[in-house]
Amino acid sequence: MLTEDLRQQLISVVGQKWFLDSPNELHAYSYDATPLLQSIPDAVIIPSSVQEVSMILRMANEHRIPIIARGSGTNLAGGTVPVQGGIILNMNRFNQIYEIDEKNLTATLGPGVITADFHAAVEAIGLFYPPDPGSMRISTIGGNVAQGAGGMRGLKYGVTKDYVMGLEYVLPTGEVLRSGGKNVKDVAGYDLTRLMVGSEGTLGVITEITVKLLPFPATKRTLVVYCHDLYDAARIVEQIIAAKIIPATIEFLDQATMKVVDDFAKLGLPLDMASMLLIEQDGAEEQVMQDIEKIAKIAHHVGAAEVHMAATIEEGAKLLTARRSALSALSRLRPTTILEDATVPRARLAEMVQEIERVAHKYNLQICTFGHAGDGNLHPTCMADERDHEEIERVEQAFEEIFHASIRFGGTITGEHGVGMTKSKYLHLKVGEGGIELMERLKAAFDPNNILNPGKVFAKRDRHRIVVRQS
Amino acid sequence: MTTNMPDLMSQTWQVHTETPPTPATSVRDALLHKFDIDELLNCMHCGFCLPTCPTYQQTGLETYSPRGRIALMKGVADEKLSIDIEFEKNMYACLGCRACETACPSGVAYGKLIETAREVIEDNKKCQGNPSFIRKLVLKNVFLHPKRVRTFGTALWITQALGLQKLANKTGFIHILPREIAEMQHVVDKVASPSKRKERRPILRSEKESILKIGFFKGCIMDEMFYETNQATARVLSKAGCDVVFVENQACCGALHAHSGEKSDATNLAKSNIEAFEKAHVDFVVNNAGGCGAALKDYHHWFANDPEWKERADSFVAKVRDANELLVELPPLSFHKPLNVRVTYQDSCHLAHGQGIRNQPRQLIRSIPGVELVEMSHPDSCCGSGGIYNITNFSMSMDILDDKMEDVQHTKARLIVTSNPGCLLQMKEGIIRAGLQGQMEAAHIMDLLDRAL
Ligand SMILES: Cc1cc2nc3c(=O)[nH]c(=O)nc-3n(C[C@H](O)[C@H](O)[C@H](O)COP(=O)(O)OP(=O)(O)OC[C@H]3O[C@@H](n4cnc5c(N)ncnc54)[C@H](O)[C@@H]3O)c2cc1C
Ligand code: SF4
Ligand code: SF4
Repeated sequence: MLTEDLRQQLISVVGQKWFLDSPNELHAYSYDATPLLQSIPDAVIIPSSVQEVSMILRMANEHRIPIIARGSGTNLAGGTVPVQGGIILNMNRFNQIYEIDEKNLTATLGPGVITADFHAAVEAIGLFYPPDPGSMRISTIGGNVAQGAGGMRGLKYGVTKDYVMGLEYVLPTGEVLRSGGKNVKDVAGYDLTRLMVGSEGTLGVITEITVKLLPFPATKRTLVVYCHDLYDAARIVEQIIAAKIIPATIEFLDQATMKVVDDFAKLGLPLDMASMLLIEQDGAEEQVMQDIEKIAKIAHHVGAAEVHMAATIEEGAKLLTARRSALSALSRLRPTTILEDATVPRARLAEMVQEIERVAHKYNLQICTFGHAGDGNLHPTCMADERDHEEIERVEQAFEEIFHASIRFGGTITGEHGVGMTKSKYLHLKVGEGGIELMERLKAAFDPNNILNPGKVFAKRDRHRIVVRQS
Repeated sequence: MTTNMPDLMSQTWQVHTETPPTPATSVRDALLHKFDIDELLNCMHCGFCLPTCPTYQQTGLETYSPRGRIALMKGVADEKLSIDIEFEKNMYACLGCRACETACPSGVAYGKLIETAREVIEDNKKCQGNPSFIRKLVLKNVFLHPKRVRTFGTALWITQALGLQKLANKTGFIHILPREIAEMQHVVDKVASPSKRKERRPILRSEKESILKIGFFKGCIMDEMFYETNQATARVLSKAGCDVVFVENQACCGALHAHSGEKSDATNLAKSNIEAFEKAHVDFVVNNAGGCGAALKDYHHWFANDPEWKERADSFVAKVRDANELLVELPPLSFHKPLNVRVTYQDSCHLAHGQGIRNQPRQLIRSIPGVELVEMSHPDSCCGSGGIYNITNFSMSMDILDDKMEDVQHTKARLIVTSNPGCLLQMKEGIIRAGLQGQMEAAHIMDLLDRAL
């Protein structure tokens, strides 16, 4: 709870209009896209300038009030759920693109800019910002940076972290710092920019972002490959890479996912197939056609049931848009949809898919798998009912086994969704106890009073999924 | 986005701050039971609907988003939130445009959820002997009484609304600014005189060999304010080979009642319509108002717990067609008067998002010689009309309209074509607000077709 005194001080910073704390308002900021997690904040503040952020942080720090930065609340790790109450700091009024620098190929923008709006702005002048998380129509660039978001073009172009060149951010003391900038080469001291990327709102509040841009590729082509067998698809992916072709995108959908996506997007997919791959290549016309032909050949050779090239760029775009809806569409099947993003080196993809199937069978669960096959980033998605606690318990156990398997295959517990609350108890599997301790010491250097998004990343290791806190 | 807080609305509703007494447990249980928990759980909070929601675009606030509204409903259903004035404000701040439904990959039936939420609110008020004045008066006194609508026409619409304002002021419940009414008044076309109405023949025969016998659903606002458009629609249909019957004893479709939580009034109206059209023995029930059409096509859901009426509603629903929908299925119209005009088409929400009818009107527009159709960047985003939304939530409605007009102006169209009376009124209002009188017009698609035939 905020004291009335503090409440008034905060209101005087942003104005009554941007300070929300009625019951409905608090309720509406108690969740994000993560299933099963909900916790009521004490207030929601929507600042519009770095000065306001600085003042709010200083006050909160003085009073030891948690601050949870929030973009559009689409993360899947419980990243914006205020488990310990406190203030939701909604950054969506920082929604301006300050500059697109065509000479340096950079852009500088506020963290509240919607990812797809940013794409549209740079593409309008022939430039390209590749990171494209499935949620890009609504996610914010700030959320992408803080969560280290990936996307479908990760295979060839890398992910958000590969594009962030400079940041402005605010520490709990209210200090406003800048790191990096427009320089391609910059080794002046520790790379604090990289440290902030993926810090999930636990180190500072990001108020400005400078990213790298590329020229927009001349053309692109989409290939659809259907397979009778799940493992054929995985083998095709391996063979393509082994042939030294790096497509922009290789997405994988299993049968159940194909069904729900088709139901939503009405694509007329052949639903008797066990899986499908969506492969996109971009670049110069000639190179693209050459690559696509080679890929088609490989697919046939490995035993694809059907290979089909999208007739137009629009048709290709439609298929990829449909793929982006996969997770939400899966939630048609059962009331609760729980997704993870265990990631393995590409060469272990087939084994991982097999392992997920085995685990699903063992725990008698329905797990669908889709994901960014090209970079080994799978999204095993479990359909359950949150009212059935016994089932949720089995989901918990199944995912634990899946995480262990991905570590065994040399993979990681999360490829792009972040640790947040949902994976904090598995973090040691990947980074070790020593890694966690060092991270905790770093955290203390930035935020000694632990007011920035407390309870995330390295929360108590025995936390279970069901956390519903009432105010 | 994220700049416009609904100032007027928050002021308006702050008048009433004390929380109403909570109804007794059994009553509350019965109320909360109305929520479809499975459907609420079907929403997985992905946020895909947020960018398509006009009220979220205006405010940037989660409480003004579909995801937020669903979460609030669930909060009430789970008894974490109470059915209070704040909840009511939030549920009525939704336009009911259902753009979120089109965007939702999970297939959440938002339209039904919001109807239920409003039903719960209204029932709760009834339990407390505290009905919602504004809606009650508009809905009960106007639309439930076809005769009254007929007698007064537009004048009634305006005066009733003004009468409402007095009453509302007296009770201190809500302020409707006279400006709102005044602003709406100048967009209303001159109402057809009673003598002219009497000339309407009960059947308009097909001009060709008759292919179909259709029952024309007039719609109450449509027939009062846009009598000529109804006549035009009948002419177009008759030229396409239909015998058009103006079925007797038909009533208001009940959409506004259903959207405002007055479910039992809505079902009574539905029953009258089902009966009237059964007696007429027609092949199809045709309407030209997207909002009415969506409701007519929904009748079978209204009788889910009433087997006898459910069956009758099923056969009624199977016959309902929007005029655009039917016309593209019939032999092509032969146009004689090229129109030489650049037009843009504003989707009716309940036609596009409610009935999935998007291509048909565009196909018809393109078929008119000389007409060039230029699309807006967001033609299927709500114009802010939203049934009686532009009366109950005037300021937000106008903010949405102003954005819409900006989009319209980029098309450089001379004519905005719509397919629903509410949208048509709103677009006319938009033209005035944007200072474009004389340069731009708004017309119903059936009037456009009629002009070219
Ligand atoms: C259907 C669906 C598909 C998705 N697909 C993908 C995908 O393909 N790839 C992928 O990587 N992710 C994906 N996600 C996850 C999610 O969309 C991303 O994590 C996204 O980056 C979150 O952005 P947001 O604006 O919603 O951030 P939020 O959810 O609001 O916040 C995310 C985290 O960032 C922090 N944060 C936000 N803004 C700031 C700031 N200004 N300063 C400091 N910290 C901040 C928050 O505290 C939180 O920890 C998907 C989600 C959904 C629902
Ligand atoms: S798109 Fe559908 S599932 Fe996603 S938040 Fe909106 S209503 Fe819920
Ligand atoms: S119906 Fe329209 S206004 Fe209401 S939540 Fe859906 S998109 Fe928003």
